[in-house]
Amino acid sequence: MTENNGNNVNTPVAAEPGVIQDHFDLFQTDTYQDLFEYKRQFEGAHSKEEVARIAEWTKTWDYREKNFERKALTVNPAKACQPLGSLFVAAGFEGTLPYSHGSQGCVAYFRTHLTRNFKEPFQAVSSSMTEDAAVFGGLNNMVDGLANSYTLYKPKMIALCTTCMAEVIGDDLGAFIQTSKDRGSIPQDFPVPYAHTPSFVGSHITGYDNMLKGILDCLTKDKKQETTNGKYNFNLGFDPYIGNIRELKRILQLFEIDYTVLSDNADAFDSPNTGEFKMYNGLTNLEDAADSINAEGTFFFQKYTTPKTQNYIEKEWGQETFNFRPFGIRGTDEFLTKLSEITGKPVPQELVEERGRAVDAMTDSQAWIHGKRVALYGDPDHVFGLVNFLLELGAEPVHIVVTNSNPEFEQELKAVLDASPYGKDATIWGKKDLWHMRSLLFTEPVDLLIGNSYGKYLWRDTHTPLVRIGYPIFDRHHMHRYETLGYKGVLNLHNWIVNTILDELDRQTIIPAKTDISFDLIR
Amino acid sequence: MTTVEENKKLIQEVLEAYPEKAAKKRSKHLDVYEEGNSDCGVKSNKKSVPGVMTTRGCAYAGAKGVVWGPVKDMVHLSHGPVGCGYYSWSGRRNYYVGTTGVDTFGTMQFTSDFQERDIVFGGDKKLAKLIDELEVLFPLSKGTTIESECPIGLIGDDIEAVARKKAKETGKPVVPVRCEGFRGVSQSLGHHIANDTVRDWVLPKADEYRQLPEGFESSPYDVNIIGDYNIGGDAWPSRRLLEAIGLRVICQFSGDGSFNETVMTPLAKLNLIHCYRSMNYICRHMEEKYGIPWLEYNFFGPTQIAKSLRKIAAQFDETIQEKAEQVIAEHQVEMDALIEKYRPRLEGKKVMMMVGGLRPRHVIPAFEDLGMNVIGTGYEFGHGDDYKRTADYVKEGTVIYDDVSGHEFEEFAKQLNPDLIAAGIKEKYVFQKMALPFRQMHSWDYSGPYHGYEGFAVFARDMDLAINSPTWNLVENPWAK
Repeated sequence: MTENNGNNVNTPVAAEPGVIQDHFDLFQTDTYQDLFEYKRQFEGAHSKEEVARIAEWTKTWDYREKNFERKALTVNPAKACQPLGSLFVAAGFEGTLPYSHGSQGCVAYFRTHLTRNFKEPFQAVSSSMTEDAAVFGGLNNMVDGLANSYTLYKPKMIALCTTCMAEVIGDDLGAFIQTSKDRGSIPQDFPVPYAHTPSFVGSHITGYDNMLKGILDCLTKDKKQETTNGKYNFNLGFDPYIGNIRELKRILQLFEIDYTVLSDNADAFDSPNTGEFKMYNGLTNLEDAADSINAEGTFFFQKYTTPKTQNYIEKEWGQETFNFRPFGIRGTDEFLTKLSEITGKPVPQELVEERGRAVDAMTDSQAWIHGKRVALYGDPDHVFGLVNFLLELGAEPVHIVVTNSNPEFEQELKAVLDASPYGKDATIWGKKDLWHMRSLLFTEPVDLLIGNSYGKYLWRDTHTPLVRIGYPIFDRHHMHRYETLGYKGVLNLHNWIVNTILDELDRQTIIPAKTDISFDLIR
Repeated sequence: MTTVEENKKLIQEVLEAYPEKAAKKRSKHLDVYEEGNSDCGVKSNKKSVPGVMTTRGCAYAGAKGVVWGPVKDMVHLSHGPVGCGYYSWSGRRNYYVGTTGVDTFGTMQFTSDFQERDIVFGGDKKLAKLIDELEVLFPLSKGTTIESECPIGLIGDDIEAVARKKAKETGKPVVPVRCEGFRGVSQSLGHHIANDTVRDWVLPKADEYRQLPEGFESSPYDVNIIGDYNIGGDAWPSRRLLEAIGLRVICQFSGDGSFNETVMTPLAKLNLIHCYRSMNYICRHMEEKYGIPWLEYNFFGPTQIAKSLRKIAAQFDETIQEKAEQVIAEHQVEMDALIEKYRPRLEGKKVMMMVGGLRPRHVIPAFEDLGMNVIGTGYEFGHGDDYKRTADYVKEGTVIYDDVSGHEFEEFAKQLNPDLIAAGIKEKYVFQKMALPFRQMHSWDYSGPYHGYEGFAVFARDMDLAINSPTWNLVENPWAK
């Protein structure tokens, strides 16, 4: 409800009897504008001049310097906490109920957040620990919780993670689960993989890693065979685009590769409406997951989301692992080349043609993107893929904010930026937040911002047009259904970027007899 | 069998899926309303059963998300790890007017983003430094509230000491709110804790902090709107109605509220309370301390609006009562036309509700104004007094479910065949997958306002579009016979 400085072309509408006015019209009427003005006297509000003066000051270099000096305060961070990632990855396994051990409010938040992004039900339970558990530990809560959720929701697996409450009081998960089994809450052989996921360590991607490792460790116990099963495992990391899983599977089918997607949550976050609610939609069979230990190798698409799992597979399973980012043209090229190498088959003609179409689209619209200065933020690997794609288009990444950054990632990304003529103006702002980004956008403006829905506040304040790519996207519908992976993904990313630029241009040139000289029909 | 008997049988069937211990616990929270009873026969405000999908949140959610969060010109700090503030960031649609980031901060997320070292060594120093940084970057803020997350209470930080010190240094209120998520059984305790911080940390200094409007003189018509969180702008049509009948609203706490309004409250002659559950505590305190009476009202639907306006006006003199009658009469024609349009489309439709606060009872008459019947209702975090009040609203045979679990809600819906489910975001898509029309009753499904006459028009339209959408008829595919 902050003043809108020109992004909105709606004009105030007068109240008419019998007309139903939504909030966006109703509160712009004189009646309510007068009400707001009258109310102001009770608010102890600062003068409008003072507010305007400070608002201007927040746009300056002086403010930016003070903003970057802060050490204790975080404002508008682009990261969530561990259990969110744990629930996200757990949902991809067959019949799996995500279970969060600790305070119950956390689960309400995780479910809400995931549901708002995907517009899908998300089912998870909690130990509902309260003061007595804070004092005596959460054992009784777990014994009851596992019994109840097992009986009531009939899962095939319960994937258990923790909230920071359970971590601070030091609950021993392994022992608690065993005790629950001994007390008959769940059968002895019922799989309850677990992960410690303190929210004061890392971010949602760390929780993804911990839970995935926990699940694989649990399911593959004693499953190692003498020979491999001829399959490859694929993991996409905390990737909110369920279209990516489907696109990956299509590519693998074209190569006729036998695969297991380690956490296939495509249907968990995009299930068909059949008139019947299905609680479990994870598509990774538990048997396949158990057999993943015998695969030829495992591909990881998010190097910085899953370092522990990758290390575990290499060390404990003795399995080869690969890091690929099949995003953008070159990233996809490299991935397909590898698939060709491991299968001994040429890249299928269908994909070669798709590549040609994606490149064709890029050459068609590159003029609108070339040299455009871009700010972006998100998780490390997400940003890595986007930067590579922007550089391929001739766009120039300038401000790169990664709240959940790490030094290895920054080094790798820097090398990519240094190697491109379009990357020379870029700065990687590790551990910074979106309030830092606001200062960057005011002091060193760019043409385009790429980020999640929280970026809309930056758009409002700085008027930098926003391309919504990332997680969460709450204020646009169905974005998660598309793929950003592979050549088809290139088309989507490209489409969103170029058409945001063109929409913005239309918005800038829409005033009759003034800017509409350039309100071109053909662009 | 009567409806009461049938529904009691249904409850028994639904309970069969639980292990014995859990079934016993849950059985006390489910009942069927029988005419003439003074409450709904359910236990409430008890611990949720572990491992059973509750919709409840935590004390932090109640304190930060509900009570303090909407006070627009203060910084509300999510003190602890990053998640709580992240998930509750801009989630509640409590609208406000202001320049965000400059003089108001409602849609921002402020956190101390605790790391392992803060857990090990304590976070008080970081908190003190953080408040200094807030002063530098947000000089127009009117103060800070510190909402503790779970670890704070477990590691023994003394946020009260930091708050006292920093309030003195900055000359602004710094309010420590001990709303760790493990306290209590739901968000409800968070409301109470937040109310208590107003009592203990704000009102004692009200005279010192208060900035009176220019030329302000007390009047017999000064009232506060308490416990309207301005979801989708709800508090504004409410305020307009009160102003229209001649009252002067000197404070909104907390939707679109400011800190100054909070300290204006003791000057009012009457507290008008919308959400009894979350704000009765502070109203009771003000009654005791300042002798300010309080009155509950209901601005959902024309029947209750008229009733409430008359009830409010009755506390004042005839001029107010006349104006109230005038306002009611003025809107009658328009409301009649609206009902004439929507009632035929909604007549006899059955609704099941499950919400927090006051809505599981207060919205019932609005549905009834449209000819709809509420056949089941329940609270996420209600108490005994809520269920007592609910008895005045529900009809014989209504299924009552307290802290309903996912399993129970789904089974009730399957058996009772409602035409509409009105609950929260976590439930929405479960029921939509069952091809059941649904409206969110916390966020108004991104619509609203629903309060007041303008709000009822939006409400009627929204219920119609939910139930009568042609998309529901597409769910069954033509080959599925």
